[in-house]
Amino acid sequence: MPISNSAMGIFDIAGSAMMAQSQRMNVTASNLANAESVAGPDGEAYRARQVVFEVAAPQGQAIGGVKVARVIEDPSPLRMVYEPKHPLANAEGYVSHSNVNVVEEMVNMISASRSYQANVEVLNTAKTLMLKTLTVGQ
Amino acid sequence: MLDKLDSSLRFHQEALNLRARRQEVLASNIAHADTPNFKARDIDFKSALSNAVDRTRSNGALPMTGTSPLHLAGSPTSGSADADLMFRTPAQSSIDGNTVEMDVERVNFADNAMRYEVNLTVLSAKIKGMLAAIQQ
Repeated sequence: MPISNSAMGIFDIAGSAMMAQSQRMNVTASNLANAESVAGPDGEAYRARQVVFEVAAPQGQAIGGVKVARVIEDPSPLRMVYEPKHPLANAEGYVSHSNVNVVEEMVNMISASRSYQANVEVLNTAKTLMLKTLTVGQ
Repeated sequence: MLDKLDSSLRFHQEALNLRARRQEVLASNIAHADTPNFKARDIDFKSALSNAVDRTRSNGALPMTGTSPLHLAGSPTSGSADADLMFRTPAQSSIDGNTVEMDVERVNFADNAMRYEVNLTVLSAKIKGMLAAIQQ
């Protein structure tokens, strides 16, 4: 048989995508929350994080769910603001702020929530089809 | 007799299987809408269905003869499930190499779901008809 429990496959795929999107949303929330932070626990200013998605196909199959391969730190330079009176200012009077781009993060958040919604829709459709399939011959 | 029942339902069985398979492929496309370098896949339903029907038809009719127990069984259904997966050509390419177009995928997904239900309805009606014939 070429096909094995396909509907369960849909649940797995859409579920993994929803998990990945919610992790992306989590990272966005962390970025937005730290947009104004000047120093983290290690004394360095917060760097924006981004998730990297990847195909998580089972062995020998072309299609599969989504997995978060890794979370990367944004390598762009920290935002330097001239604030000589700030306690964390350096010798030249500059304070390093986090490199979070708020606009980018908002766009990311909207994109993640739309993708999440699309996957919920997929899940609902698959559920309806499964329930209908169970009533065949009645 | 049972063979006849089976063969009259076989077409619908194959069609439903393929619809479910396509539904899974489309679900995976939608799931990977944000994955960089993901290429959207799809099944050419018409040719895949005729292939599947041909395969099941030849399956029972032509068993391979083995003269040694060491011979391979040569099952005609051993084709890979992913063999008929094709790549979609995007109308608008995106910068991260992803070829999923959400509108196309959603339309196809809804269309496929509806056709799956149509198939189920037809199959149900057929089973009902047979039950009625049995009870006469």
